Amino acid sequence: MSITGTPAGVGAALTTRASCDEAAPSAPALRAARLTLARDLTLAFRKRGQLIQPLAFFALVTMLFPLAVSPELARLRAVAPGVLWVAALLASLLALEFLFRDDAYDGTLEQYALSGQSLTWLLFAKTVAHWLLTGLPLALMAPFAAMSLGVSAAAVPGIILVMIVGTIALSLIGAIGAALTLGMKRSGALLALLTLPISLPVLIYGARATELAIAGSSFIAPLELLAALAVLAVTLAPLAAAAAVRISLE
Amino acid sequence: MAAMRWTWFHRLASPPYLYALAARLTPWVAWPAALLIVGGLYAGLVLAPPDYQQGEGFRIIYVHVPSAWMSLMVYVTMGVAAAVGLIWRMKVAHAVAASCAPIGASFTVAALVTGSLWGKPMWGTWWEWDPRLTSELILLFLYLGFMGLRAGFDDTQRADRAGALLAVVGMVNVPIIHYSVIWWNSLHQAPSVMRFGKPTMPAAMLAPLLVLLLGFSLFFAAVLLVRVRAEILQRERAARWIGETLRA
Amino acid sequence: MSVNHLEAENLQLWRGDRHVLKGVAFGLGRGECLQVTGANGAGKTTLLRTLCGLMVPEEGRVLCEGRDVRADLPAFHSSLMYLGHEAPLKADLTARENLYYWIGVRRRIAMAGLDAALARVGAAAWCERLVRTLSAGQKRRVALAGLALMFAPLWLLDEPTTNLDAEGQQVVGALMAEQLARGGAIVVATHQQLPAAVHAARILELAP
Repeated sequence: MSITGTPAGVGAALTTRASCDEAAPSAPALRAARLTLARDLTLAFRKRGQLIQPLAFFALVTMLFPLAVSPELARLRAVAPGVLWVAALLASLLALEFLFRDDAYDGTLEQYALSGQSLTWLLFAKTVAHWLLTGLPLALMAPFAAMSLGVSAAAVPGIILVMIVGTIALSLIGAIGAALTLGMKRSGALLALLTLPISLPVLIYGARATELAIAGSSFIAPLELLAALAVLAVTLAPLAAAAAVRISLE
Repeated sequence: MAAMRWTWFHRLASPPYLYALAARLTPWVAWPAALLIVGGLYAGLVLAPPDYQQGEGFRIIYVHVPSAWMSLMVYVTMGVAAAVGLIWRMKVAHAVAASCAPIGASFTVAALVTGSLWGKPMWGTWWEWDPRLTSELILLFLYLGFMGLRAGFDDTQRADRAGALLAVVGMVNVPIIHYSVIWWNSLHQAPSVMRFGKPTMPAAMLAPLLVLLLGFSLFFAAVLLVRVRAEILQRERAARWIGETLRA
Repeated sequence: MSVNHLEAENLQLWRGDRHVLKGVAFGLGRGECLQVTGANGAGKTTLLRTLCGLMVPEEGRVLCEGRDVRADLPAFHSSLMYLGHEAPLKADLTARENLYYWIGVRRRIAMAGLDAALARVGAAAWCERLVRTLSAGQKRRVALAGLALMFAPLWLLDEPTTNLDAEGQQVVGALMAEQLARGGAIVVATHQQLPAAVHAARILELAP
């Protein structure tokens, strides 16, 4: 197999973003994102045990409140929205450790930065995979935690919807903190200190929407605000995370 | 020429130039700051008439309001300096941002403490979750996060750039956070009536406040200039110009 | 006069107080190999990372085909392959899967091409095992398979022969010779001898 290379061909390669004159076309962005997503999902399922941890943590934190406050369902129902959201926030913080750490450690994150693809786009794909593995299960588990706190089953669809939108925003916001603290040992407390203040609006609107959903009232207003936050996070957070990753690679 | 208008900006990026400029400017802001603060405090604490509702207790706003105002202004300054450092890769801009943080955090703590002291005689409690105090508390955590992130890296360049990105992200988020806190607070109207609203005050009460605002701003500038000089000394300790300047 | 494929102009870079790159300058044409040597800590890895665009020099610039690479970094990255000290592989994927995801993000690959590249580096027998079960030398061979698969005009290699036995070093030599033969360029940082098949057109020695 002989490959002939002419200077003009190699020179043109740069402008057409193909790799070499041997006609190796570069992958389109969508395909790159799909591969990144598939890779992360494959990896996560090879270590299935780790996936349970954030969910177990969420259940555990929820369980703390009846033990610490009161077993009366009436009292628990009153604080249920807050408890659910605090537990979800803490569990998602715990899960953030898994987002970029491994890739930064074994050099694959660096290869993403050098791939010629938009790093913002690839990190967005990684965050989507992360949400599918941690945020979505959390949102689906939340109704069970709510019912253990005395919430009626009628509120379940509303709770799931609010939690889905909220966890999307939390995963994306968390990606920024996770990218900024790359390479630091024992960065758990610092990650919380960086992520929680920025996540407070999500907590405020999410808890209010959950509270209204539990009471059976219309929760459209806070849900819309929550969705606006999620949209803002989708557009801006991957940019910030990519900038943070590049800073960590310098 | 357009090129000439920006040379002042690029000259500022030179550490020796900024070091010398800061030394020259410091007395020009420090003395007016001292005068304004002393004069403003006297006017506010002694001269201004007592409030018909709160009596003498309201006077603490003369420290609380400027502190709160400065805590936010310093954060914005920090964010802008951080953005300049990130975009133009100016090391002195990062030095300025790093110097701002402890000053801003101190103003925030002062605002929280004076806010608490104000609240005690008014509401009977040392703390109230009203929008202003809650926002100040969150701002304190933003400062602590910035300083904590910087402290986590041994490599100065990494600390600079990561901290700068965090400061910019924080600056973008401050309006969002503040609005959400106001929204949250409006849902649960606290039973107490005393709020940190915009005071409708007669001129005799307002004038010392404005004087103190200006005084605090100049004070910040003076402290910042001193800190930036120290920061530049620390960063450039191996450079030749340091030895020459200090010997001169 | 043809433009050099890769050119470095007076690169100056500091890490903290250390002046790591003190005015590095060179020109590298197509079909040429530049060997960067120097003692440990001299800045070989830093130079490679600066040429990639991962690190930004305080002064000086890197040019590709006469254009500043910082003007269009993604295009520059599309045309290069950087291999650092560690092979960039996920421990929980097989060698085959690693290549598929790693190179697949960059270019369309056919399964046949994947298998051919693995066979090239002598990995056909164990390419279905998880990377965590492989030795350091085997991991490096998988990384080399990525090189063979990618066909990038510019290779930046940091100690490519580490952990490899004699046969593995021959594979490296053959791959590099082919790259040069088809008009590609290589910058290789190593303090060891280059494989026999490769002749370095220029040698750059960095002093610490």
